[in-house]
Amino acid sequence: MLKVISSGFYTTIQDLGRFGYGDIGVPVSGAMDLYSAKLGNHILGNNHADAVIEITLSKFSCLFENQIIICVSGANLSPKLNGKMIALNTAINIDKGTILTFDKPVYGVRSYLAVKGGFKTQKVLNSRSFFREITDQFVIQKNDILPFEKFSSTIKKPFSSVKINKEHFNSKIIEVYKGPEFELLSKEQQEKLANTEFIISKDNSRMGYRLEELIPNDFQSMLTSAVLPGTVQLTPSGELIVLMRDCQVTGGYPRILQLSDIAINILAQKTTKNTFKFKVISI
Amino acid sequence: MTTYNLTYKPFGKYAVLIEWPPKIDENIFEDVIKFKNKIAKNNIEVLVDVINTYNSLTIIYNSTIKNIYSEILALKSIYKTSSVDNNIKNYCWNIPICYDQKFGIDLVEISTSKKISIDEIILRHSGAIYNVYFVGFLPGFLYLGGLDESLIFARKGKPRLLVEKGSVGIGGAQTGIYPQNSAGGWNIIGKSPISFFARLNKEPCFAKSGDKIRFVPVGLDEFEQLRSQVNLGSYKMERKLINA
Repeated sequence: MLKVISSGFYTTIQDLGRFGYGDIGVPVSGAMDLYSAKLGNHILGNNHADAVIEITLSKFSCLFENQIIICVSGANLSPKLNGKMIALNTAINIDKGTILTFDKPVYGVRSYLAVKGGFKTQKVLNSRSFFREITDQFVIQKNDILPFEKFSSTIKKPFSSVKINKEHFNSKIIEVYKGPEFELLSKEQQEKLANTEFIISKDNSRMGYRLEELIPNDFQSMLTSAVLPGTVQLTPSGELIVLMRDCQVTGGYPRILQLSDIAINILAQKTTKNTFKFKVISI
Repeated sequence: MTTYNLTYKPFGKYAVLIEWPPKIDENIFEDVIKFKNKIAKNNIEVLVDVINTYNSLTIIYNSTIKNIYSEILALKSIYKTSSVDNNIKNYCWNIPICYDQKFGIDLVEISTSKKISIDEIILRHSGAIYNVYFVGFLPGFLYLGGLDESLIFARKGKPRLLVEKGSVGIGGAQTGIYPQNSAGGWNIIGKSPISFFARLNKEPCFAKSGDKIRFVPVGLDEFEQLRSQVNLGSYKMERKLINA
């Protein structure tokens, strides 16, 4: 098992998410950057649905109380083992008593720590993804003990890192499909949407990202309808909200765009003051 | 029986959105639920979730939809099939509510502003049968329809930072129960001892879209008794089958 020394800014357990409970109001959740989370599991030969730790831009650190194999994927938050820098996207043997720390971000926002066999924290409604009032805990805290199964074999060295496409972290293009209410937009509003470089406001979280630039509109309010992770809502004040993995299941603002799968993952690696442009693609 | 001219739209690569005319209307809602039940009956394996609201169904698949047009055609033919019996049972649930001013912290304000006595507010609120349109906003939050028009009361200009779990509120033309502690701007008129979301149960929320609800006024003492029964797990919900 693993003992948390420092919780960092916002650290949670995530897997692929909680499916099939949308009709009782339960959000999907799951790793914000599913691509990177799956990659970590893949490198360890885990099931893609195994639970990982999601670390957000922060000084998370932990102590391994058992021997295990780990992989750090996603953002590069300068991970170090006992003070020595380690490679990302690589399977790494961990001895009992080793301390892993995360520090300054080099690229990206969310880093994933996977262990061989996955973390075995509480499973509620078929998922271990943390969510307030669903799991006992909604955020990892100092001194938490996170269990994993004992695994005594080691991998043979040398073990090469999986090359990742840096565009996943650097791209400033967010691909979107037209959303159900796209047709409400005038030609001018559509052009503004396509040509504006949007800045992510400080109001960004696992629930959603609010953007700084406005799209003024006089749309009537609509009847509440379903929303999905990746849905872009346009509020009466002109604010755009990109819903993310922890979003509610229904909403009442026009759904003008829908992010592609890849686009949600790319946006998950961006934060306050980062910029991007929407690119509308066809379904 | 009315059939409606429905719109079918792709909603990203994983979902199809089906829409009825944009109205809160019992006939439209009944048709939404019928279609939802037909889809359930068809046992389409790739479905993750079918989420309905007042006038829409969102059908979410577990992988990208290969051919959206053939999928829409398939759904259209399911809509046309006649309603067959299905195992989906809908109930009318009795929900105990304590309207004591200890919990109903906004009753005086509503009463003064509307010039309706508190007793009359309670009578009208508990006298209606409410439709459970759908569950959203928070896990276990029921969107109810059927509030007596004389009780419509605008939500607070500034939401409270903490509304306690079980609080019953009126927000505009809507009424509902907060399933957990939450920030909220509705006017609070009472509290229910019932748990609307039991996360560790196989079926965490007893009510579902298409069910109905009645509020039954209880006093403070009974509220406390019921609450301890709920906590002990010995409380049995009162319900009546409505589509037998």
